[in-house]
Amino acid sequence: MWKLQSEMEGGGPSIEYVEEMASRLRYHIIRMVGAAGSGHPGGSLSSSDIVAALYFGGILRVDPRNPLWSDRDRFVLSKGHAAPVLYAALAEKGFFPVDVLLTLRKMGSPLQGHPDCKKVAGVEVSTGSLGQGLSLAVGMALAGRLDKKDYKVWALLGDGECQEGQVWEAAMSAAHYKLDNLRVIVDHNHLQIDGPVEKVMSVEPIAEKFSAFGWETVSVDGHSVRELLEAFRRPSAGKPLAIIAETVKGKGVKFMEGVAGWHGKAPQGEELDRALAEVTMREKAEERGQ
Amino acid sequence: MRAARDAYGEVLVELGKENADIVVLDADLSSSTKTSVFAKAFPDRFFNMGIAEANMMGVAAGLASAGKIPFASTFAVFATGRVYDQIRQSIAYAGFNVKIVATHGGLTVGPDGATHQALEDVALMRVLPGMTVIVPSDAEETKQAVRAAAGHVGPVYIRLGREAVPDVFPAGATFEIGKGNMFLPGISREQVIAAPPSTLEFDVSFIACGVMVKECLDASALLEAEGIKASVAGFASIKPFDADLCLALARQSRLVVAAEEHSVVGGLGGAVCECLAENYPARVLRIGVLDRFGESGSGRELLEAYGLTGPSIARKAKAALR
Repeated sequence: MWKLQSEMEGGGPSIEYVEEMASRLRYHIIRMVGAAGSGHPGGSLSSSDIVAALYFGGILRVDPRNPLWSDRDRFVLSKGHAAPVLYAALAEKGFFPVDVLLTLRKMGSPLQGHPDCKKVAGVEVSTGSLGQGLSLAVGMALAGRLDKKDYKVWALLGDGECQEGQVWEAAMSAAHYKLDNLRVIVDHNHLQIDGPVEKVMSVEPIAEKFSAFGWETVSVDGHSVRELLEAFRRPSAGKPLAIIAETVKGKGVKFMEGVAGWHGKAPQGEELDRALAEVTMREKAEERGQ
Repeated sequence: MRAARDAYGEVLVELGKENADIVVLDADLSSSTKTSVFAKAFPDRFFNMGIAEANMMGVAAGLASAGKIPFASTFAVFATGRVYDQIRQSIAYAGFNVKIVATHGGLTVGPDGATHQALEDVALMRVLPGMTVIVPSDAEETKQAVRAAAGHVGPVYIRLGREAVPDVFPAGATFEIGKGNMFLPGISREQVIAAPPSTLEFDVSFIACGVMVKECLDASALLEAEGIKASVAGFASIKPFDADLCLALARQSRLVVAAEEHSVVGGLGGAVCECLAENYPARVLRIGVLDRFGESGSGRELLEAYGLTGPSIARKAKAALR
């Protein structure tokens, strides 16, 4: 069985444990999207280490037994099409049974194609129309300050998503209101549906943009759990923090890596078998290592 | 004579004193929408979001998700069409408790012209699942509607006008979400609904909202002078729609006239037609803006030019009764 609390070291979860959880999220993503026959594997896989570090690296203060706990940290998946990675993390965290994952995108399932906060405990807001999540996060951060709560608000954005003007309206307002309880992670996987972000509509230099908008910024390897956790644990600097995470779209499944075509397509048949073999092998290798 | 937006500013402050969870957002129009009055009283609970309406709606949704009761205000054009997707995705789909109170709705915005005259806002908001849509007739009804919105859990859109309007809301009447009010004759909504068929014998029943309630009262007076018996109902609550009162009025009348300072497509007239076509097919005349944009002019000149004044409505009603 998968190890949970037993993996914890004195100072919090170990890097190895978080890496194992990231692998497990990837395994769920391929199984879910494969079973659904549609969905977005590319951007879910690129975000897996980020989401694993947040949920299993001792960063997010959430309680699956009390999902609406008023002191909880808030996580906003602004790139709502990466729903599979969020659902996988919530299920592993205990917000709902892991079995439910295989109902993704099916009629009657709480696991809608894009997250619906009315249907799934642990999903803070409904997202899917890109560019809106950071505004929601700004509202939560303002509320936290008004209520004198110490919770943090995290928002995960795609790099292509940063083409939406609303992202910059929100970025401007977060800095204006000095929301040091707000943190953004940009999953910088360099690909969007129509091709390389650089070619479709460049968002570079992205860190400098946030910096110019009045944010503290840091760039990390988005597949290095150690670097991610270090960035996540940075103390507040009196302003919002943007973490630019360099990632590879489709990370973890070789034939999907760096291929824009796997943004919104489910592997089927032989491709599904190959993808599953990769994520399953990884999981088994890790189990053998236990 | 008072502007509904002045009443809005006042009631916001009252609500702010009563409930610490009330917060207010504006997009650089606080002196026009009158949220500036709240900003002065509660600076910590007022957020000017600058000229960035999309972000304002999202931030309001985020505040609501954390238990606040946000009121977000700007002009009706910017509060609806400009941010339709933010309202749909971030607010309505999640069912968040956001109150959008728009001022400067309709033609009577006046000289600013078509870019600033929202004639489609009610239609846009009415089609969103779970959205409550309210267009009050005067300052008193505005105060009551804003209070009702604050007490209602779920998204609400309230549309107010720019200009001072005569006080028309009946003394002692109460605004309730989902219910209309009888402004003329002096009988209650419940009495109209309870009346046996064909006992009230109205020739024409006006169903109106916003500034058009006053115009319909004027039209009624002109018609009464010619021996034509009229009733006037205020349907500030366009959604939920008061089907009971609408049907009762249709059963008591030869003609129903729906009047609004909005496109004849998709607003109050649309709601009246939908209700009657399905339940009690009756003759309906829609008074509103005929599928076109507005233009610059004074509010009064525009109402006259677009056939939205009492005399014009009376003429059209009379012609339809013939």
